[in-house]
Amino acid sequence: MSDTVSQSQQGAKPATSVDTVTSEQDAVQHLLRGYQRLKGVSDELFDAQGKMRDVWRPFVSHLAGLTPDGVAGRFHRGNQYLRDTGVFYRKYGEESASERDWPLSHIPVMVSDTDWAQISEGLIQRADLLETVVSDMYGDNRLVAQGHIPAALVAQNPAWLRPMVGVAPASGHFLNFVAFEVGRGPNGQWWVLGDRTEAPSGAGFALENRVATSRVFPNFFGMSNVHRLAGFFQTFRETLNGLRDDSTEQIALLTPGQMNEGFFEHAFLARYLGLLLVEGEDLIVQDGRVQVRTVDGLRPISVLWRRLDASFCDPLELDETSKLGTPGLVNVARQGGLATLNALGTGILETRALMAFLPYLCRTLTGAPLKLPNIATWWCGAKAERERVLANRNNVMIGSAFAKRLPHDDPDSIAEGAQFATKSDAELEAVLRSHGHDLVGQEIVTLSTTPVWADGGLVPRAMSMRVFLARTPEGWQVMPGGYARISTSPDAKAIAMQAGGSVSDVWVLSSSKVPKVSLISRDHGVDGARSKPENLPSRAADNLFWLGRYIERAEGSMRAFRAHYGLRADGVAHDDPLPSFIRSQVMLSDGKTANALASEFEASLNGAMGCAARIRDRFSVDGILALKDLHQSAMKLSKDSVSLEETAPRVGILLRKVTGFSGLVHENMYRSTGWRFLSLGLSIERAAAMATILAQVLDPDAPDGAFDLVLELGDSVMAHRARFNSSATPYSMIELLALDRLNPRSILYHLTRAKEHIDALPGASPNGGLSPAGRLALKAHTQLAIQTPATLDAAALLALRSQIWALSDMLSARYLT
Amino acid sequence: MDYEIRLRLSHDYHGIVGSGRHLVRAVPAQIPGRQNVGSWSLSADPLPRERFDITDFFGNAGAILFHDHAHGAMHVRITAKVTCFGTSVSLDISPDLERLAAEIAAHTSLSPVAPHHFLGQSPRVDIPDAVARYARTQIFEDATVRDIVIQLGQALHRDMTFDAQATTVDTPLIEAFNKRHGVCQDFSHIIISGLRALGIPARYVSGFLRTEPPEGQPRLEGADAMHAWVSAWCGSDIGWLEYDPTNATLIHTDHVVVAYGRDYSDVSPIKGVLRAAGGGKSSQAVDMIPL
Repeated sequence: MSDTVSQSQQGAKPATSVDTVTSEQDAVQHLLRGYQRLKGVSDELFDAQGKMRDVWRPFVSHLAGLTPDGVAGRFHRGNQYLRDTGVFYRKYGEESASERDWPLSHIPVMVSDTDWAQISEGLIQRADLLETVVSDMYGDNRLVAQGHIPAALVAQNPAWLRPMVGVAPASGHFLNFVAFEVGRGPNGQWWVLGDRTEAPSGAGFALENRVATSRVFPNFFGMSNVHRLAGFFQTFRETLNGLRDDSTEQIALLTPGQMNEGFFEHAFLARYLGLLLVEGEDLIVQDGRVQVRTVDGLRPISVLWRRLDASFCDPLELDETSKLGTPGLVNVARQGGLATLNALGTGILETRALMAFLPYLCRTLTGAPLKLPNIATWWCGAKAERERVLANRNNVMIGSAFAKRLPHDDPDSIAEGAQFATKSDAELEAVLRSHGHDLVGQEIVTLSTTPVWADGGLVPRAMSMRVFLARTPEGWQVMPGGYARISTSPDAKAIAMQAGGSVSDVWVLSSSKVPKVSLISRDHGVDGARSKPENLPSRAADNLFWLGRYIERAEGSMRAFRAHYGLRADGVAHDDPLPSFIRSQVMLSDGKTANALASEFEASLNGAMGCAARIRDRFSVDGILALKDLHQSAMKLSKDSVSLEETAPRVGILLRKVTGFSGLVHENMYRSTGWRFLSLGLSIERAAAMATILAQVLDPDAPDGAFDLVLELGDSVMAHRARFNSSATPYSMIELLALDRLNPRSILYHLTRAKEHIDALPGASPNGGLSPAGRLALKAHTQLAIQTPATLDAAALLALRSQIWALSDMLSARYLT
Repeated sequence: MDYEIRLRLSHDYHGIVGSGRHLVRAVPAQIPGRQNVGSWSLSADPLPRERFDITDFFGNAGAILFHDHAHGAMHVRITAKVTCFGTSVSLDISPDLERLAAEIAAHTSLSPVAPHHFLGQSPRVDIPDAVARYARTQIFEDATVRDIVIQLGQALHRDMTFDAQATTVDTPLIEAFNKRHGVCQDFSHIIISGLRALGIPARYVSGFLRTEPPEGQPRLEGADAMHAWVSAWCGSDIGWLEYDPTNATLIHTDHVVVAYGRDYSDVSPIKGVLRAAGGGKSSQAVDMIPL
């Protein structure tokens, strides 16, 4: 009775709220109108009874409450973040690799605390088991001696690295950072699909997915109890720091380089965790230690987080064909002088056939079964297993025993499996008998489906999830989230990104409030407050130096190109003296068309892009994007057909972009040693190029108009007008473009700047004196500074140019190689 | 038989090399019952900044040499006094292929001499179909493993021509096999591939061969440089049996062992990584003089 009263007292309000509920239900129904679950397949959104899982309810309501435009706008925000940050992946095509937009599926996968606890417990047990197995494989080999693992599986395994046998890992453990691929089977159970122990990738991408997804759903994410990821990385970094010999040392992250599909992630993690990003050639072994070749000499390291497969790490003792490694590294690791994470050789745990033995090994070694089962696997080297595979051949995928990738995630394995499938029973039996040691059968996986956005609603797609574990002094820590990979179809076959699959964030939801952490907060008192040494690797400095040179070279070509087409648009013929002079003396090109001539600066910009790509960790995202934009515009110009009148203005736009980039370099970059090399590259290129042009126009055979041309090439037409009352003469030209220390286009201006940089480089004043480069810079600068327009003739200019080039060579030899 | 062995490994670079690191595996091995190494020495010119002696998984000795200053050539000199007892020729009590497979399966050890390391593919030995087919057609049915090693070795010696010009150190074995031309490294890789195709564990042996033959006997091929031959696992009773396919002979006292491995990549006499532009020229000079 009182209920009725209270309802009526509140008047119309309850009625509206009923309306809201109804319309919300409608909206949810509308959202899920295309959500057709598959028979015999688990689903993340709905449980086996067809009831929506609690963990999804708030999110689905939130999503249902958004208008189509609202959803589109939010997704756009996420994509914009990824583009602005420069997240991309590398797609390997038939002929070349290309950078593609990051394929984020904006709907995160929701996992409940209770599911997560089960997954974590199972994976920690598995990580411990793998540590035991691998330490035996590189230790006493008791598992083989007692018949628990076939000897062939170890001895004939290319991932078993003999130089590491008997070597105890310097960190105290073989495994420090591992990942597992997990999926939910048809019975609702979580399964382990694969072990990632060599150099697991994806944790950095998971972090980027998290940032992007939280921008898609900012308010919802902020209010919901999604476990945060930063604490995991913070603890891992502290663990790495604790492994160092010396607390002033930097920790290095070893990458295969910018052509690797994980390079973006390597650069991102290096930046995020404050690690030194190195390639194999940055390292040298000397005095029994691995050392980084920096512009300030050799700097030892004792901890290396490697993202390079172990077999490539040392061409002297491991894969002799490797061009990515550091000769001698194995010997340092053998002497205990380097902790590599994970230890060299741990990749053997990824061997597909090992999965056949882990359930048994777990029971034998720990007395307990695996808490999370792995996909059923049979090694065909044994008779009973071989027969089992034959009998179940339709539900099994047959593939290489030593393969390391997941069967459903590897196009090669899928093709290989298909080949076996076409064989008759007798043929298959013969192959399994003769090559059984090399083959495994694995149950064909059926993965659960999770919602993705399509056509204004949600549809189910197959999903697997990579989960990351880091070892800390207190034991394994599981990253509370993950890197979900989503197929283009409801089944698992097209999950690989290379096959068009997408990725999404994983939200582990707590039933209570979660603590918020950020990487910055806790470190403040630890070592965040103390500035760390710059440790600029020579290779990075070399790339910065050449980035500067290429950019300046491109600008020079563009100015010549613009002057050329400015003349042509004014009616000067292609073969008239001045355009011919520009082509032959300035552009050094016999190109006939605008497109051919434009390819000159395109080539320089290609060079600049190549340098910038290798130093992604040291160059601002804005800088990279500005450069990309410039490069794309230039490529368009060298392909488009543009009218004669339009050509010069088009390249004018490019020139403004180059100027913008140079402005970014000189206005926005921190004055680090790296910045000095970039600026040095610009100055050296500009000074040498100007000396060349001036020498050429001083030639008596130079055509009429050459003096004005050189003012245009030197962007000093206005300055000339301001300083001189006449048209250009040899005197005014030399004064302004060679000797004027206030003109940022003059040779003297750039020699002054170069000298300042050189004097500020490491080792610039040994014993209080001058370094050889400092001496040469001073000499060149002084010799120019005491000249007058009357004395600075073509011969003197060319001699000056030789000095500038000698200076460049000297810098390279001292700092950059 | 007592020998004095002298080896010089030379690298003449095109231009100046900034720094280099080499792994040298060229000192005769101490093998109880097989050969005894008396005094020996290894020196390098120019003098390396660092030298580190290692023993690899298979028990082979190696020296890592690190040069950090510019140089235009490098020479490694090795001398050793070796007594070679030879391997005793025993009764053929090796199993047939079927029994061999069972003996391998029963062998649960990963010791350096365990047969498991020397089956299947290794970095420089794959098992091309053509070689596998060839191997199967050269052997008699029900032959013992020891007989198979000899039959296959004799067949290769008959069908292949020793030719120092036909191949280089990096020629894949299938190419040498298709040409039916090559040097001891090619002969050895091909027979290893064939033996492994049949299920017989086979390893690569690098070493020295007596330079001048005893009176009245022909000079053996491959004596001007370091030599290579094969060692095959003939079951638990006999164990490893060495055979020289280049000269179609079992090993007695003319062969001195330096190293055992899965193939050349495990035992190459000198392996180096340089910081330099351009390549260089390598050469070897060998003497193995009976005392």
